[in-house]
Amino acid sequence: MHCERCQQEATIHEVVVRDGEIVEKHLCEQCAAEAGLSQAGGSGISIADLIGQYVMAKEPGSPAEAVTPAKPAPAQGCPGCGMTYADFKAGGLLGCGSCYSYFEERLGPLLERAHEGSSAHVGKAPRRAIAEARGERSSSAAGARRELAMKITTLEQKLAKAVKAEQYELAATLRDELAKLSSGVARSADRASDTPADSGMGGFS
Amino acid sequence: MNNADDPRESAHSGHDRPAIPYDRTEWLTGRGPTTDVVMSSRVRLARNLTESSFPVRIGSADATRVLDRVRPSVLAAGLADRVMWVELHTSSKLDRDLLVERHLISPQLASGKVGSRRATPSMPRAVAIGLPDERLSIMVNEEDHLRIQLIHSGLDLTGAMVAIDTIDDRLESSLDFAYHPRFGYLTSCPTNVGTGARLSVMLHLPALRMTGDLAKVKNATDDLGLALRGFHGEDSEGSGDFFQLSNQTTLGKSEQVLLHEMEQDIVPRVVEYERRSRQLLLDRRHDATTDEVWRAYGVLASARLLTASEAMKLLSRLRLGVLLGIIPGLSEQTVNLLMLLVQPAHLQSVVGSELSQRERRVKRADLVRTRLAAGAQPKASDA
Ligand SMILES: [Zn+2]
Ligand SMILES: [Zn+2]
Repeated sequence: MHCERCQQEATIHEVVVRDGEIVEKHLCEQCAAEAGLSQAGGSGISIADLIGQYVMAKEPGSPAEAVTPAKPAPAQGCPGCGMTYADFKAGGLLGCGSCYSYFEERLGPLLERAHEGSSAHVGKAPRRAIAEARGERSSSAAGARRELAMKITTLEQKLAKAVKAEQYELAATLRDELAKLSSGVARSADRASDTPADSGMGGFS
Repeated sequence: MNNADDPRESAHSGHDRPAIPYDRTEWLTGRGPTTDVVMSSRVRLARNLTESSFPVRIGSADATRVLDRVRPSVLAAGLADRVMWVELHTSSKLDRDLLVERHLISPQLASGKVGSRRATPSMPRAVAIGLPDERLSIMVNEEDHLRIQLIHSGLDLTGAMVAIDTIDDRLESSLDFAYHPRFGYLTSCPTNVGTGARLSVMLHLPALRMTGDLAKVKNATDDLGLALRGFHGEDSEGSGDFFQLSNQTTLGKSEQVLLHEMEQDIVPRVVEYERRSRQLLLDRRHDATTDEVWRAYGVLASARLLTASEAMKLLSRLRLGVLLGIIPGLSEQTVNLLMLLVQPAHLQSVVGSELSQRERRVKRADLVRTRLAAGAQPKASDA
């Protein structure tokens, strides 16, 4: 799909609920950024706010649920740092701790090759990690709550960072994930869904 | 120059030369087990903070935040008698080179290069150095947020491991290190993930080179999952016949198992092989060997121009001669120290001014001649 302002490929697909009406927008990154700026100057709403509305609108049960947004962008990267697998292959370095969870499936075989067949750690662990593992075993409900709280905090920090860096797609994914976590959906069976941030936000990452 | 009462020195500006005395560097002393072959043992741990993306993925503002986060933790943890904090983005090239030659920082950290990204001299980065023995150094914003390394003289991986484990624990009490239940300590490069631990020994293998058996050692250590590399990536003679032997894998094998394999099993075998080769040279090629050692001495004691590479090649033979008792009255430490002082940054620092390449050759030859004359009057008593 083309950007509605220029002929470039549109990467930002918004569904905005405005005055009770659903408005779709398809923009390339550049135009989206410009739109964000002009809106901020005009109505005081930034592109990040618009994306926020989109996320809210898409929440389960809300009227906008029926409106299927465009397919997720293909080059979506790690929710922590935005790195794509292609970036990793080109540079050989991962971008952040979350990359390990985000690329876990693909890293497994690669790690086995690099480490004489091993793909799991044996050895020292930080005391914090040991304590957390123990704590969760002894009182799983409290552990799960703490883990959830940590995930939300991490996500909020990353979201703020993404918005600041004008990484709107990333921000959208993060908000989506946040909304799910807040409503408790994240712990249900949809872990298998293709939302990238799902498995990527472990408390340890 | 330094305020000896201040336990936390810092050198933030380029003018504050990291004033490190030359004779305290522990691994140069020649003391410790097995120093005839194993110059030093090093353990390095890669650690990253949970709160930031890895250095390859961050800009200057975030890199500064990492420094601000790490500095107080490192300086307050009581990791050495004194800890010197050097910010490398504001220090001079000469200072950075000195630290590289001293094995306290990597060439990558010196230039501000992370991964395949272009070197960025302004990238905020630092090193914390434990004084006075310089055993500890912590590189900040290299490929990982922290690269903690401990160097001990001789074959003492266990001692270095015990010490670094304590340091890691202390840092962990104020810093959150990225850790994953399956993958262990998370590192920017997947080849370091898991323990994040790299154990290595610096080996002096002149006899194995002379007998031509180095390739055999390399094949054997390759099969055992270790890497044997020439030091500084130069040709083996130009780097003084020094080689680094280190583990290749960090995942699926605990620190203890790895330590045991290297220190109890593999390194002693390489040491034994080198020692037998030295004996073989003495027994079967006595004349040729003593001749080679004395020729090296002769050139070092009288040359008027020396390149670093030639100096290292000759000093390696001289070191062998000292160890084999061919050259009496010269200490291992004197030769070790010369091997450091002939390096460009150290040479300029000793002379006290910046030198062109040509001037360096002259000054290098002067320095070696003077130090050999002062450090030893070898008597030709080798029969
Ligand atoms: Zn456009
Ligand atoms: Zn990442």
